[in-house]
Amino acid sequence: MSATAEGAAGAMHLVDYTDAAAVAQVPTRNGFGEGLIEAGRRDDAVVAICADLSESTRMEGFKKAFPTRYIEIGVAEQMLVAMAAGLAAAGKVPFIASYAMFNPGRSWEQVRTTMALNQTNVKIAGAHAGVSVGPDGATHQAIEDIAIMRVIPKMTVVVPCDSAQTKQATLALAAHWGPAYLRFARAESAVVTTGATPFELGVAQTFREGGDVAIVACGILVYNALIAADELAKDGIECRVVNNHTIKPMDEPAIVAAARDCGAVVTVEEHQVHGGMGSRVAEILAAQHPAPIEFIGVHDRFGQSGTPQELTEEYGMGVASIAAAVRRALTRKRARNAR
Amino acid sequence: MDSLTPEALRELELHANDVRQGIIRSLLAAGSGHSGGSLDMADIFTALYFHLMRHDPKNPELPERDRLLLSCGHIAPVRYAAMAYAGYFPVEELLTLRHFGTRLQGHPERVSLPGLETTSGPLGEGLAQGTGMALAAKIDGADWRVYVVTSDGEHQCGLHWEAMMTAAKFKLDNLTCIVDRNVIQIDGSTEDVMPLEPFADKYRAFNWEVFECDGHDIAAFVDTVERAKRVKGKPQVVIAHTVMGKGVSYMEGDYLWHGKPPKKDEAALALRELGAARELIEAGRR
Repeated sequence: MSATAEGAAGAMHLVDYTDAAAVAQVPTRNGFGEGLIEAGRRDDAVVAICADLSESTRMEGFKKAFPTRYIEIGVAEQMLVAMAAGLAAAGKVPFIASYAMFNPGRSWEQVRTTMALNQTNVKIAGAHAGVSVGPDGATHQAIEDIAIMRVIPKMTVVVPCDSAQTKQATLALAAHWGPAYLRFARAESAVVTTGATPFELGVAQTFREGGDVAIVACGILVYNALIAADELAKDGIECRVVNNHTIKPMDEPAIVAAARDCGAVVTVEEHQVHGGMGSRVAEILAAQHPAPIEFIGVHDRFGQSGTPQELTEEYGMGVASIAAAVRRALTRKRARNAR
Repeated sequence: MDSLTPEALRELELHANDVRQGIIRSLLAAGSGHSGGSLDMADIFTALYFHLMRHDPKNPELPERDRLLLSCGHIAPVRYAAMAYAGYFPVEELLTLRHFGTRLQGHPERVSLPGLETTSGPLGEGLAQGTGMALAAKIDGADWRVYVVTSDGEHQCGLHWEAMMTAAKFKLDNLTCIVDRNVIQIDGSTEDVMPLEPFADKYRAFNWEVFECDGHDIAAFVDTVERAKRVKGKPQVVIAHTVMGKGVSYMEGDYLWHGKPPKKDEAALALRELGAARELIEAGRR
């Protein structure tokens, strides 16, 4: 790790992610489960509603800790949202959990009407997001959910980068008034943050400094972005890596600063490149600071069965793909500057 | 429980007449909107706002108020008119219905007008939200009740049945669903579009306590709801048999009046009919 890279990592209290042996592998859903229990301890109004997936969404800990505040409604994802809106209208802080493919995938209109337009304090916990769900295949791999949530006015959309941050995000959303979507994943993934890493909704984090290209990432692929940046540094290419965990409201100054300081941007997300986090970055930069952008994500395809690693590679989201995108962005930036 | 005195009943019938006139005036001013269902629920909304519910028009956020949810938001004019005459806002404001800048949105928006409880219009969502509220009351040990007014047509939405199962599972006896059973929806009879019968049996099969009554007999409706409130351990449904467009002769039972407002001459005729009906009620009082 270079000195500048170390400086940013130190300020963010990251683990030494370059040492694979030092990096714990924990699913982000575990962080949700831990955060929900803590949120329940802090606030009696927090209730949890689940659609027959308490173990895999990690609501079972809350269920054991607060049985009278745990509500099981079976396989009924539209009900999940609308009922939660009713509970919220009566003063509760409901977290509702199922797979992201169904929650919010199946319940979009209920989310729009009963949560957002109606302004109720409901928190959607979308589990098993992304192709990293793995063997379950395309039907269960939500890769359009960020798009359908961020398009709704008044929604907050958060995609934390690892298990520790998912816990922080869960607690932050419990304390934040308003409709929100929290997205997390099934597979084990690298834990790069610590409890000491500062976390604030809507404030992007610079995990690595660099001036050649900015990699703006969210979710479990932030780790791949950091590793790609480290490998590129060996060739003298210094990347800034921004953990852009809050998709809405996005930290526009941080995005503009990254484009201004680096001159080119690569976005990285486990989602369709159409309509997701990278699209929002492009909207911001098109209006405020146009720069070459390369988009890492799923390019207008559905998922399929496979291991998380196989699928990450197949859909061009691995370390080598990110590094190649950085090189393309750098080439475009240099060509632009030469004009 | 106490039944309505003849005097109290006549007062309610006069309020219902006011509400119907308010509906006609507001729809005429709006130039669009849903006449049929609004008129046919006038008696029930009157009974709820002027007799049955615990509420305070001057304090719409009263924590211990009963919650009234209008699931079929397109009949908002009846709710707005009942609220106005109950004292939530000036009656003249009814003439802003559906206009730019109004609090009386084409379909009700909770954040726009205090007292609405939910934002509604997309069908089939009211009972689900009411179930959440009723469960919250149970969790908190609160004694307020939840009333959800639904159309019969919206029983074709799957979400409504999800809510029916859930309300029964949690034994929400503080929840009463009121169905506007006018057998009419946009494309015709509910029994042609997508049959709902045997309707009451479906509720029974979902472990609900079922009541039926004439939705235009205010005394019968009040009595039915009072009986429903005494049920323990089960949610209740009141299937109110109604006639679309009730109170305006040329609209009654005609599905073409589901989604349109009266024109000026039609409104004048409706108001003449309602004025005559009012005189009959007042004659009964004297």
